[in-house]
Amino acid sequence: MDWLFMAMPISGVSIFWPGLIILGLGVGIIGGFFGLGGAWMVTPGLNILGFPMAFAIGTDMAQMAGKSLISTMRHGKFGNVDYVLGLTMLIGTLIGVDAGVWCVMQLEKIGRVDEVVRYLYDVLLIAMAWLVFHDISVRKKKAAAAAQAGKALDKGATGIEWASKLQAIKIPPVVYFRHANITCSAWLPIVISFFTGWMAGILGIGGGLIRMPALVYLVGCPTHVAVGTDLFEVAISGLYGTFSYAYQGRVELLAAIVMLCGAAIGAQIGVVATKYVKGYGIRFVFGLAVLGCLMSVVLKQLQAKFPDQGWLGTLATIEVLGFVSAISIYIAVQMVRGAKAELAAKKNQAAGN
Amino acid sequence: MNIWTWLATAALVFGKMVLTVYSGTAGVAMVADTRNMHGILQWWAEMYNESHLTFAIVTMLIIPILGCVLGWLADIVMNHIGIDLTHRDLAED
Repeated sequence: MDWLFMAMPISGVSIFWPGLIILGLGVGIIGGFFGLGGAWMVTPGLNILGFPMAFAIGTDMAQMAGKSLISTMRHGKFGNVDYVLGLTMLIGTLIGVDAGVWCVMQLEKIGRVDEVVRYLYDVLLIAMAWLVFHDISVRKKKAAAAAQAGKALDKGATGIEWASKLQAIKIPPVVYFRHANITCSAWLPIVISFFTGWMAGILGIGGGLIRMPALVYLVGCPTHVAVGTDLFEVAISGLYGTFSYAYQGRVELLAAIVMLCGAAIGAQIGVVATKYVKGYGIRFVFGLAVLGCLMSVVLKQLQAKFPDQGWLGTLATIEVLGFVSAISIYIAVQMVRGAKAELAAKKNQAAGN
Repeated sequence: MNIWTWLATAALVFGKMVLTVYSGTAGVAMVADTRNMHGILQWWAEMYNESHLTFAIVTMLIIPILGCVLGWLADIVMNHIGIDLTHRDLAED
């Protein structure tokens, strides 16, 4: 069975390469569907496959940049990427991440970094899950009220409407973002991305998990455009991260290339599935993904508190892998169903003509 | 994506890269073991050992090029299947 293992030239470890392809496929599907980099699942995955942690993070960055680029290309063709909005947010993100890293250094000096990061992560994930499900429930109530009045709710109507209030604050320069169809102060996306970048810097994550809901609920992007625009930002920040880690000598390019082969297929499945799933469908599954992430984080924190209970760590890994597999399968099924229906409709149309 | 967006993106990323190089590497020297390697893998590991900067630049060039090539190949396959890859209905529910 030696042929199933591949020697890595830089880190010197021998890796089960089909595992890399499966991991790439899974993160490609989920990343393309939600607009995430997926570091929260790939880094522990690479570590489990045998990479030292430093190489796991650097290699994840490299595959994330390539995979997000593939997804951005596809979303761009659908018109789901607002490049100007993405670029505006990139300014805030880059400064925010540096500010977050600076905060971590300060917290390290007073010995409070672990405690703060742990609680911030918990609060953030709980708040995000609440936000998603509260929004869905508000929209349902609005739809019911509209139905009672004998009207139908607008296709683009949302539950929570914080974004429209934030967009009304017109501090110059006021910009129109064409693809997102939003007119707001340029400071709105910059300030929001500064905070999401700052949080990402403190938590040591890519930030897509925070930025996608921020684009939807605070900037006011339609869900599909939020997914595409976030991926554009993930691709750019991933490229910078790749350079940074490669310069420190912590990227295993061969593993990233193998993962990209799986991710290229996964990204197509994930992105094309967004064509067949409505915005609130994406939001609901995203809420479930956040809950899955929260459960895994809590289990890991419990293990850190009770180090003799090794099964907690194993349960966290099984839970993440189970959740990722279930969500990937759901997305793939949606894509296949949608594509089948579209092809059947085309066939019928051709037969009718 | 127009030329100005490309240029602005490149300027932002390049600026951060220069800052990374200027701030230096960690004080730990890492080397790859090339003794049992041949061909392209040996060349790759030797480049890593000689200069992390060259290694980083080449890595950063390979990733987007490979991403574009794989994206383009996937495009061909999806078009062959017959799925419309240019239109979608932007609806929330």
